[in-house]
Amino acid sequence: MLTAEDKKLIQQTWGKLGGAEEEIGAEALWRMFHSYPPTKTYFPHFDLSPGSEQIRSHGRKVVAALGNAIKNLDNLSQALSELSNLHAYNLRVDPPRFSLQFLSQCLQVALATRLGKDYSPEVHSAVDKFMSAVASVLAEKYR
Amino acid sequence: MVHWTAEEKQLITGVWGRVNVEECGAEALARLLIVYPWTQRFFDNFGNLSSPTAIIGNPKVRAHGKKVLTSFGEAVKNLDNLKGTYSKLSELHCEKLHVDPENFRLLGDILVVVLAAHFGKDFTPACQATWQKLVGLVAHALARKYH
Repeated sequence: MLTAEDKKLIQQTWGKLGGAEEEIGAEALWRMFHSYPPTKTYFPHFDLSPGSEQIRSHGRKVVAALGNAIKNLDNLSQALSELSNLHAYNLRVDPPRFSLQFLSQCLQVALATRLGKDYSPEVHSAVDKFMSAVASVLAEKYR
Repeated sequence: MVHWTAEEKQLITGVWGRVNVEECGAEALARLLIVYPWTQRFFDNFGNLSSPTAIIGNPKVRAHGKKVLTSFGEAVKNLDNLKGTYSKLSELHCEKLHVDPENFRLLGDILVVVLAAHFGKDFTPACQATWQKLVGLVAHALARKYH
């Protein structure tokens, strides 16, 4: 799946964000709720209004988890094991939706708006593959 | 019957007016072939698709990308009749080209990322939501005549 080159590009790209990661997490979630309203059904307990502290806080969590995954690209299964349990047994987000395609798309849009040309086709490909790998791991224990 | 608010129509035409169809089309198609390499199966006669550099520089990819995005321009001009606009193309993609409609969704998402990279902060969440809606509807219209 992820080649050595992909891993390098992902780590480099994440490195370029210079502290904006947290903002990106919240933005990706906000974009996802806006573009794909059904994803809101998983957050009935959240204040989903603009600037919501819950969205910011959850965005931070998501980004921290992704950051951790990026530090452990050679062992995603282990790095994401707890989250995998959580999503399978507690959260039970519908797997196809959870093929993270929506969050992945919105994260990529958030990255692309910031990186412009630096979000090259090669980086785009690596990030897409990475999100796909994360989704696979998180869905591992569903059944 | 699809409903477009005045704001959505503004977000669509506003963005489209600033798009270089040739560049953007070439970029979108190249990225489709790079990010989802299995889509190359439809382009056996395009010559060298062996690397991202080869794909980006391939003149057939550029030309075809322009063609595809020009057709997308028809959607922008006919927001209230996407089904009619894409009826013939839908038949073509099914009967002659044998393209799995899932690929339309992939290309749509790629187009949105290309627009995001191009417009930066101007590609707001509201803008993205409108364009995701549009690409989804175009994909749907293209899949409609499949049998």
